Amino acid sequence: MATGVAAWLPFARAAAIGWMPVANLPMPIAPTEKNKRADELIILNVSGRRFETWRNTLDRYPDTLLGSSEKEFFYNEDTKEYFFDRDPDVFRAVLNFYRTGKLHYPRSECILAYDEELSFFGIIPEIIGDCCYEEYKDRRRENQERLMDDDEDKKDAKLPNMTFRETMWRAFENPHTSTMALVFYYVTGFFIAISVLTNVVETVPCGTTPNTKEVPCGERYTVAFFCMDTACVLIFTVEYLMRLFAAPSRYRFMRSVMSIIDVVAILPYYIGLVMTNNEDVSGAFVTLRVFRVFRIFKFSRHSQGLRILGYTLKSCASELGFLLFSLTMAIIIFATVMFYAEKGSTSSKFTSIPASFWYTIVTMTTLGYGDMVPKTIAGKIFGSICSLSGVLVIALPVPVIVSNFSRIYHQNQRADKRRAQKMQKARLARIRISKTGNSNAFLHSKRNGLFSDALELTSSTEEEQQLSKNQSLLESQHHHLLHCLEKTTNHKFADEQCYEQSYLEGALHSYPSRSPSFSSQEGMTGTCCTCCSKRNHGPFPNSSMPTCLLTNPPSHTHPHHNLQELSTIHIQPLNTSRSSLNMLVDEPARPNCQSGTITTAIISSPMPPATTPEVDAHLPPTGFALQNVVKVSAM
Amino acid sequence: MSHCRKRCKRQLTKVFRLFYRFLTGTLEKDSVEDDFELSTVCHRPEGLDKLQEQTKFTKKELQVLYRGFKNECPCGVVNEETFKTIYSQFFPQGDSGAYAHFLFEAFDTNKNGSVSFEDFVFGLSIILRGTINDRLNWAFNLYDQNKDGCITKEEMMDIMKSIYDMMGKYTYPCMHEEAPREHVESFFQKMDRNNDGVVTIDEFIETCQKDENIMQSMQLFDNVI
Repeated sequence: MATGVAAWLPFARAAAIGWMPVANLPMPIAPTEKNKRADELIILNVSGRRFETWRNTLDRYPDTLLGSSEKEFFYNEDTKEYFFDRDPDVFRAVLNFYRTGKLHYPRSECILAYDEELSFFGIIPEIIGDCCYEEYKDRRRENQERLMDDDEDKKDAKLPNMTFRETMWRAFENPHTSTMALVFYYVTGFFIAISVLTNVVETVPCGTTPNTKEVPCGERYTVAFFCMDTACVLIFTVEYLMRLFAAPSRYRFMRSVMSIIDVVAILPYYIGLVMTNNEDVSGAFVTLRVFRVFRIFKFSRHSQGLRILGYTLKSCASELGFLLFSLTMAIIIFATVMFYAEKGSTSSKFTSIPASFWYTIVTMTTLGYGDMVPKTIAGKIFGSICSLSGVLVIALPVPVIVSNFSRIYHQNQRADKRRAQKMQKARLARIRISKTGNSNAFLHSKRNGLFSDALELTSSTEEEQQLSKNQSLLESQHHHLLHCLEKTTNHKFADEQCYEQSYLEGALHSYPSRSPSFSSQEGMTGTCCTCCSKRNHGPFPNSSMPTCLLTNPPSHTHPHHNLQELSTIHIQPLNTSRSSLNMLVDEPARPNCQSGTITTAIISSPMPPATTPEVDAHLPPTGFALQNVVKVSAM
Repeated sequence: MSHCRKRCKRQLTKVFRLFYRFLTGTLEKDSVEDDFELSTVCHRPEGLDKLQEQTKFTKKELQVLYRGFKNECPCGVVNEETFKTIYSQFFPQGDSGAYAHFLFEAFDTNKNGSVSFEDFVFGLSIILRGTINDRLNWAFNLYDQNKDGCITKEEMMDIMKSIYDMMGKYTYPCMHEEAPREHVESFFQKMDRNNDGVVTIDEFIETCQKDENIMQSMQLFDNVI
């Protein structure tokens, strides 16, 4: 029900006057207001601050605390007001929600306090208006991250009864847990540094032999360097194996980035061991040694900052990609322009467009080596435009990357982004459910309403009141309005599943029926099991049954609709070429229902058994199919 | 030829102005100025007493109506867009825009494109507190779009289609393409006594008065407020 415009319901009902002369069927009876009372002011005393509003305003949202009878718990007889011992500032936002239909988040409030108030008053935070929703979500996320950080600190407390493996893993991950872990941490760090240093010094030319040829140290002191390398690789291998042993999930460990770096760092040595003899691949062997520099990345285990840099680059992947793309575009454009501008000049270095790429890159990044310079005037003009635009193109994405880094530096964002995406989906799903709930509310209440119609005939007034109390007056009036529309157009509202089903079966109905008049009645054979449930019960004896034939359906399997109380049997009289039977009654479903009058399905045909096709032709031309079809609800 | 030249000149001056603003860094100025146009038009209804004399509502009913009206339209008048939005909230499954358009035309008696509170209340007074004849007249007015005193088949077809559109796609039985047309045919069969293809106001009222269902449904409106 559109609670925001509840005040316009009388208008909508008055507008139904346009349907009345057009409708061919009688309209249903309007719901009457049983106790019509004038709208009164309610006083809400929240910690001393008094708020007053109309009762109707609060009744707009009957599933919240203030809109339902739950507020009676807070009624103070002496002062004739409702007293709430809560925060009056947040209550302002809550009350404005009733008044305007939009929930706002006051930015000065703490997110936890706000959430508590919302849950106290029974309002789901997902309906916060779009104007405030971003802020709310951001604050929520920050708060959760803070909680997660607190959790991580708590994790360091030593749990009793940890296996040796778990202890080792904890020692590897967090070196501050024990002295051994700290020693291990520093030793590995020291050896990483040594290894990197060795690789660097290897290539420095040290000292000249009398042969007047400068040799790098690596070739002079081969044995020493080899020993150093071996020692480092041994240490790294042992460390890797120990980590592999201790990892809780070895497969996940092997896939992680750090372990790949470890492997790449030590593999060249072993490959080199295997391949020293072969001269052909020694060139490749030399290249492999380049990978030894990856050992420097092992430092990222030791440095939080390096890790965060890695996270930043990963999270800014889109900005980096944009930077790359725009640079590429600009390079190609300017390279082409420079090439054609410089084509005329003699001895120009711009021999081809790819050759101009180098000039463009050097100019755009404001390096300006000077190995390629334009000589023509046009070339110089375009060259200056190129360098100016280079500054712009590079400067634009950089602040984004910087802000990202600073953000990530404070919090760990990866897992939260994933969780935020899930919550966005959940929020949309919940809003969608509540929206379809509004349109389905009519269908549900129709089924319940017909249920209560039957009860009215047989049961006492208490049950009737109990059922109708569930629907507010506004809802019943709105449903009456929709019911009138159904009567006017001679069609009923259905939900998606029923519609698809009846549509499919309408399409399947290609078999010619024996009576030609039936073929003109569209949609008649739609066997929608639960949409329309018309009660036929009463003192009809079972002997009138033989007109109807219950056979199993040829092929249909009908999905279970979520109706708890009613299930229907759909039967057609004998003289159609098809009869089908829908879901069978769940007999043990409600053996002891309140009304107690109906326990079995009693089927009767509203038409006399000897129905001839000619009689059918006299049916109203609107094709109102219910005449030929008996639907029975059984409890 | 001079027309062309004038247009060229205008375009040229626009380009130069743009270039000048680009150089001085004031490109955004125009759009900001436009925003400060006064776009809100306020309307206040006549006094409560006067309205009470002119309509058949009590003071309290008028108060309730006005509060609801002002809540949705703080500026005091409803334009067609708002009207359609409000009405569509009652029919979430279908498209009520067309029918809301006809309603708007019927409520907007002075044809100025907006429905003030007086128009609103006058219309409601006829529907909810008028005699059955008044109501039938009002309904006829709703159907007769060009107000010439008779309903043609096309007019009725528009109305019928708009009513059927409100049901939406998911109906039982499935909505057939020809359903509105068939309904219009049956309506004309019932109403058009002299078979001249149009339904005049007298035919309409006469037929409705003879029809039990319609008479009964007209009485539904007695208890709406």
